[in-house]
Amino acid sequence: MSATVPATTPAARRRIGLRGLFAGRTRPPLPVLIGIGIVGVIALASLLAPLIAPYPPDKLDFLNQLQAPSFSHLMGTDDAGRDVFSRTLYGMRVDLGIVLLVTYVPMPLGVLIGAVAGYFGGIVDTVVSRVADTMIAFPFIVLVIAIIAIVGPGLTGVLIGVPIAAWALYARLARSEMLVMREQQFMLATTALGYTKRRAILRHAVPNLMRSSLIYSTVDLVVNLLLLAGLSYLGLGQQPPGAELGTIIAGGQAYLLSAWWIATLPGLVLVAFGVGVGLIGDGLSDGRMRGGAS
Amino acid sequence: MSVNTVVEGAPATPVAANAPLLEIERLRVEFGPADAPLAAVKDVTLSVAKGEVLGLIGESGSGKSLTCRSALRLIHQPGRIASGSIRFDGRDVLGLSGSELRAMRAREMGMVFQDPFSSLNPVFRVGEQVAETLRVNLGMSKKAARAETVGLLGNVGIPEPERRYLSYPHELSGGMRQRIMIALATAPKPRLLIADEPTTALDVTTQAQILALLARLRSENGMAVLLVSHDFGVIAQVCDRVAVMYGGHIVETGPVEAMYSAPQHPYTRALLESVPALDAAVRGSERRTAIPGQPPELSEQIAGCVFAPRCRFAQESCKSASMRLEQVGEAHASACPVRPFADGRAGAGGAAATAVRVVPDVAEEAGR
Repeated sequence: MSATVPATTPAARRRIGLRGLFAGRTRPPLPVLIGIGIVGVIALASLLAPLIAPYPPDKLDFLNQLQAPSFSHLMGTDDAGRDVFSRTLYGMRVDLGIVLLVTYVPMPLGVLIGAVAGYFGGIVDTVVSRVADTMIAFPFIVLVIAIIAIVGPGLTGVLIGVPIAAWALYARLARSEMLVMREQQFMLATTALGYTKRRAILRHAVPNLMRSSLIYSTVDLVVNLLLLAGLSYLGLGQQPPGAELGTIIAGGQAYLLSAWWIATLPGLVLVAFGVGVGLIGDGLSDGRMRGGAS
Repeated sequence: MSVNTVVEGAPATPVAANAPLLEIERLRVEFGPADAPLAAVKDVTLSVAKGEVLGLIGESGSGKSLTCRSALRLIHQPGRIASGSIRFDGRDVLGLSGSELRAMRAREMGMVFQDPFSSLNPVFRVGEQVAETLRVNLGMSKKAARAETVGLLGNVGIPEPERRYLSYPHELSGGMRQRIMIALATAPKPRLLIADEPTTALDVTTQAQILALLARLRSENGMAVLLVSHDFGVIAQVCDRVAVMYGGHIVETGPVEAMYSAPQHPYTRALLESVPALDAAVRGSERRTAIPGQPPELSEQIAGCVFAPRCRFAQESCKSASMRLEQVGEAHASACPVRPFADGRAGAGGAAATAVRVVPDVAEEAGR
């Protein structure tokens, strides 16, 4: 009785859907493991910064200015004798906290808005889509700078400005997927089973929509990290003397030829983090390709 | 000879042709702009009695899926039910409020879809999906729903239901998924099950098992079934009555045996003739006759009989005749305006009736 033999091919075994991302029985591919390793080390180090950092991030030491990297100063010291390694750890802490916040708060909201727009279609869809298009068409960084101009330089501007625009891309992504999913029989079945629209959208559609948004969010995360560092570099984000990767790099810029480590080493941490997140994102979207029972 | 073969192949269940459970009258389903509508279902009248299995047959695009979805009001934008009435157990389905409609869908009607590969939510365990309907629609507790689900899965022929409860849809074969879907649709013991080509995506052996399962659930629960198919073999196995659809109309309806032995509409006959016989390869001589031409486009306006342009019995008067079902026998009606139509080929259904046996007998559900 062939009908009752479950499909246990490796391809079929691979998990799909949101749960499958984490509950997969097979080991993730090597690049993903490397990505997880990089991100994990950086995240853990910045989380435990107070324990790991050899010096307080703001401690001035005018006897040891512009020291090259050594065992006592892993990333050297800057022009005020501050330990660059300690500052990087604390800086990453600020960066990660803010970036996670401005990426993963608007994401579920955007997915929900997009799902509703795609499910109902018609006027709801038109209104949501036009608002989202407007947000996307507006140059992102200009919007954030405009908000900073209103609330004043500092991290508040980023915290307000990024989510205002970031939901729109998730909404558009979720909406277009919802248009396809709406026609799938399991969505039709939710109606045939007498479920409420709310249940159909929240319980049945959104978990399916989350996946692609989650993959996209890895790109968004890196973009936001660079945006934050960029704004701080321009003097619009974290204000000195607060440690933040952008400010550290900006501060080291003047010494690029004589003390290259001040700007370069924190910059490499930033790059490594971006690469790590990128590897994870790639792995997630590959899994989608192979798991593929859409 | 052919008549008997067919009767043996079909489960011998007496037709309880009393009060109709589902009555669809003069249904019209339209798409497109209101001033230039495209009618996919033009004028359909049918009824399903309590406990009866009605087969709805027709080729792709004849409007059979839309007709059965209409019973649940499952017609999405831009489609719409333009006119007609649908009554379920005496209630006007088209006039139900949102919550009344949900309650009816939740408890009294179930629907099984054609494609078992997309009719289950890929990110949830199959058991949870069945348990969800028990909790939401019947108000069961989590624990009770789980226990009941395991029982239901076992009842639809899923081996190791405890273990399969935890499977994701992609881990199961098409036949298994369709069983899950049937368990899901019949969980609240609905009085009407609408099965929209439930076996089309499955191979023949699995098909036979699923049909046998439907037949068993029907007799266990006493539920009526509206079975949509484009396969006469499928219809013959489980149905009491058949309705044949063409171009958005029902062209013939009647008891399954009568339809096979003496089709009263040229389209029904042509359909039966186009089914190859199992021993055709041995006999070798016969060629299947195809119906010339194409089914009508939705935009086509055909005056008179919709089948006339392709019909070999068509007469001049067919172009002005109305598509009305007229009684031609006991519980047997045909919309053919040429009556009795005949060309001296008695027993035209013979070859097809033999072919019905391509699908193995399913009196016992194989594999259970």
